[in-house]
Amino acid sequence: MGSLFRSEEVCLAQLFLQSASAYSCVSELGERGLLEFRDLNPKVSAFQRRFVGEVRRCEEMEKTFTFLQQELRGAGRALGPCPDNPRAPLAREALRVQEQSEQLAQELREVSRNRASLRGRLRELRQYLHVLREGQRFTSLSAPLGSPVRPRALSEREPILDPSLHQHLDRKINFVAGVIHPWRVSAFERLLWRACRGYLVASFVEMPEPMEDPATGESITWVIFLISYWGEQIGQKIRKISDCFHCHVYPYPESEASRADTMSGLHSQIQDLSVVLEESEQYLAQVLDKVVLALPTWRVQVQKMKAIYLVLNQCSFDVTEKCLIAEVWCPVRDLTQVQDALRQGSYKSGSSVECFVQRIPTSESPPTLIRTNKFTAGFQSIVDAYGVASYQEVNPAPYAIITFPFIFAIMFGDVGHGLLMFLFALWMVLYENSPSLRQASNEIWLTFFEGRYLILLMGAFSIYTGFIYNECFSKATVIFPSAWSVAAMANHSSWSSAYLATHPSLTLDPNVTGVFQGPYPFGIDPIWSLATNHLNFLNSFKMKMSVVLGIVHMGFGVLLGVFNHVHFQQRHRLVLELLPEMVFLLALFGYLVFLIFYKWVKFSAANSLVAPSILIHFIDMFLFTSNADNLPLYRGQVPVQTVLVVLALASVPVLLLGTPLYLCCRRRAPRPGRPAPVAAGEQEPLLEGQEAGNSVNATKEDVESGGHSPDAEHLDFAEIFMHQAIHTIEYCLGCVSNTASYLRLWALSLAHAQLSEVLWTMVMRNGFVRLSYAGGVVLVPVFAAFAVLTVAILLVMEGLSAFLHALRLHWVEFQNKFYVGAGYKLCPFAFAPDAWE
Amino acid sequence: AMAYGGLTVPIIVMSVFWGVVGGVLPWLVPKGPNRGVINTMLVTCAVCCYLFWLIAILAQLNPLFGPQLSNETIWYLKSHWP
Repeated sequence: MGSLFRSEEVCLAQLFLQSASAYSCVSELGERGLLEFRDLNPKVSAFQRRFVGEVRRCEEMEKTFTFLQQELRGAGRALGPCPDNPRAPLAREALRVQEQSEQLAQELREVSRNRASLRGRLRELRQYLHVLREGQRFTSLSAPLGSPVRPRALSEREPILDPSLHQHLDRKINFVAGVIHPWRVSAFERLLWRACRGYLVASFVEMPEPMEDPATGESITWVIFLISYWGEQIGQKIRKISDCFHCHVYPYPESEASRADTMSGLHSQIQDLSVVLEESEQYLAQVLDKVVLALPTWRVQVQKMKAIYLVLNQCSFDVTEKCLIAEVWCPVRDLTQVQDALRQGSYKSGSSVECFVQRIPTSESPPTLIRTNKFTAGFQSIVDAYGVASYQEVNPAPYAIITFPFIFAIMFGDVGHGLLMFLFALWMVLYENSPSLRQASNEIWLTFFEGRYLILLMGAFSIYTGFIYNECFSKATVIFPSAWSVAAMANHSSWSSAYLATHPSLTLDPNVTGVFQGPYPFGIDPIWSLATNHLNFLNSFKMKMSVVLGIVHMGFGVLLGVFNHVHFQQRHRLVLELLPEMVFLLALFGYLVFLIFYKWVKFSAANSLVAPSILIHFIDMFLFTSNADNLPLYRGQVPVQTVLVVLALASVPVLLLGTPLYLCCRRRAPRPGRPAPVAAGEQEPLLEGQEAGNSVNATKEDVESGGHSPDAEHLDFAEIFMHQAIHTIEYCLGCVSNTASYLRLWALSLAHAQLSEVLWTMVMRNGFVRLSYAGGVVLVPVFAAFAVLTVAILLVMEGLSAFLHALRLHWVEFQNKFYVGAGYKLCPFAFAPDAWE
Repeated sequence: AMAYGGLTVPIIVMSVFWGVVGGVLPWLVPKGPNRGVINTMLVTCAVCCYLFWLIAILAQLNPLFGPQLSNETIWYLKSHWP
């Protein structure tokens, strides 16, 4: 079975890496993803480590990459994934990557800057053009005399000063033209009026098209103003005021002809500038293309490089400073591959001396490694969610592949619902390689997708249990003819139509010949779904089923402990723990299972009135009493039960004291001189591992040596005894409570069946009320409601609920019989995300 | 009415079926890294499904009481079911 049965053997090893080839060796190891590196310099801060300079260089390169990526995003381009799998770059390559990336970044910055300034210039030119155009409207107007003066209107106004008065006044009119932000217009106007009252004429008009504000980037409709004034000082005031208000002022030529010239000049300038801008945009696009091509590869390369240097920082240098020593956890199976990788790394870096790996003994508990494929990964993950298996203890996952969906199906049993679930999971499995399914960003979808094989099995088993429960969307199917004959009963009891009219419900009596013909061959008889007392029968059946399956599941869990005891060479526990545990479980609850089966076989309708109650018998068994009304199930029941109870009670002190006393005796025995030989090979997963061994910077704590002081022994005995006492109490009480806990199988399957039935009778059946064409139309929305409620309530809600309870039964009731789950996972240093598939 | 053979025919059929699934098919699984997992799955599945079916049929072997039906159901079943 490989490592799914129990985790693989993992050893502690030392790698001796030549300084010259260390980088490429680690790169090779990272590509294969085999080892977990341990930090040999835990007390050294990040700034004092050996390769901090290289790490910093990688981070600078990553900063450049981030800048490039931002530029790409600003231009609306997306970065694709890395097409191939580039290896970590060597020093020369890394330098080249750094230079190229910085060059590209520099180019991008320059081009962006140029483009920004070109754009600014273009905007100014266009603003100027607009100013000239709009301004023409004012200056070429001839206002009629006598028009009323309106001092503070915002929109265009007649010039206060009549142009025809120009000749009379004989003064030179100057202009200030420019563009102002629309929010500042009224304040500007007021200030102008106050400062230069009467000596100017100001006109404002909105620009026909909105333009970008260079500061904020948003597009605003600027307001053009044209101020005509005379007098030098007024002019200076006006210019100062416009400066304060951050207006763009443009020179306004006085004569018509020069204005026309300026405008045509502006037109040609704008055209030229547009051409230049287009070319610069094209160049920018080219640079961005280069970035898009190269950036994914660079990023992966630099990530790998940084990871390698972080790993190298964890190694320590030996005395001669020529060799790096790394300490790794390595699966024993992969040691040859590691050697191979080291050889390749040395060859690639061109060094003549080979790096090698050496296994070292340790008494620390190694990490757990369980290799899974895409099918078993889902099941292993639900086991690991509770606790990662301790090193080399037996793994519950291969059994959970079947028992988990089976227990789910007991609570969910319905052919129709199971079929829907199965088809949904089948779709996910068949299209599992499609990228749209795999790389969705929705977390809930990803959770369902990861568990597609789990859901597939859950659906398949639900179809089977649905057939046994005889429920398909809460309706029973008559595959075989029913074993109950109503006709025989009606003939025997003369149930005429008149009789039936006066009796709304009648019961079939199995004592009458011909009424009951035998057990239904596959599942529950379909007549029960038509009966009004169906719950009486089904509850009894489902409760007994839950108890029987629970006890079998728990017994299996206890038996799995055999593998642990044998593997960790604690055979004494087979006799001192496993045997009393099995005796306790079987004598009490195994006997209960026997009673259930016995009563099913031996008692029938003929003696149904005096049929004994198993529950009362079971209670009386513990209390050593008897109830006169409750007949015995078989002859000699009382002495048999007494023996069983005594046996069970006797197993409790064995369980409580057996192992501690045995360990105590054994520790006392080899006291004179000889160090305890059992320390080396024994792994005691219940006690904490101690740190010793040839690890480079381990602290030497020696507890298992021969010369013990009696205090330490007593302390150990106290701890072992306490632990065993807790285990005993937990086990014995747990047997009772866990058996009762399995009754949730009955409870949830009852809930599912009832919900299903309610949905049918209250929703779907109303669609069949009218058997006409109108009824056919009504059926469509009724079915829609039925379908939506089935999926939402029965599939999703009940499915999640049954999933949760099946999980709980596995994690608590099954696993606490044998599983410790105190390990930690092997996290290999790998570049690829899935290294074990 | 069908010749209800009681327990014998169904139990022989199901025992043989799940016996083949759990006892014979594991020998036919091709050797490979997944052989152990597939065999465990086959045996566990056979045991679980067989046990579940067995409980269902044994619970109905000797019913202590019969179904209680409404008169409408009895009217219908009296003539339509054998």
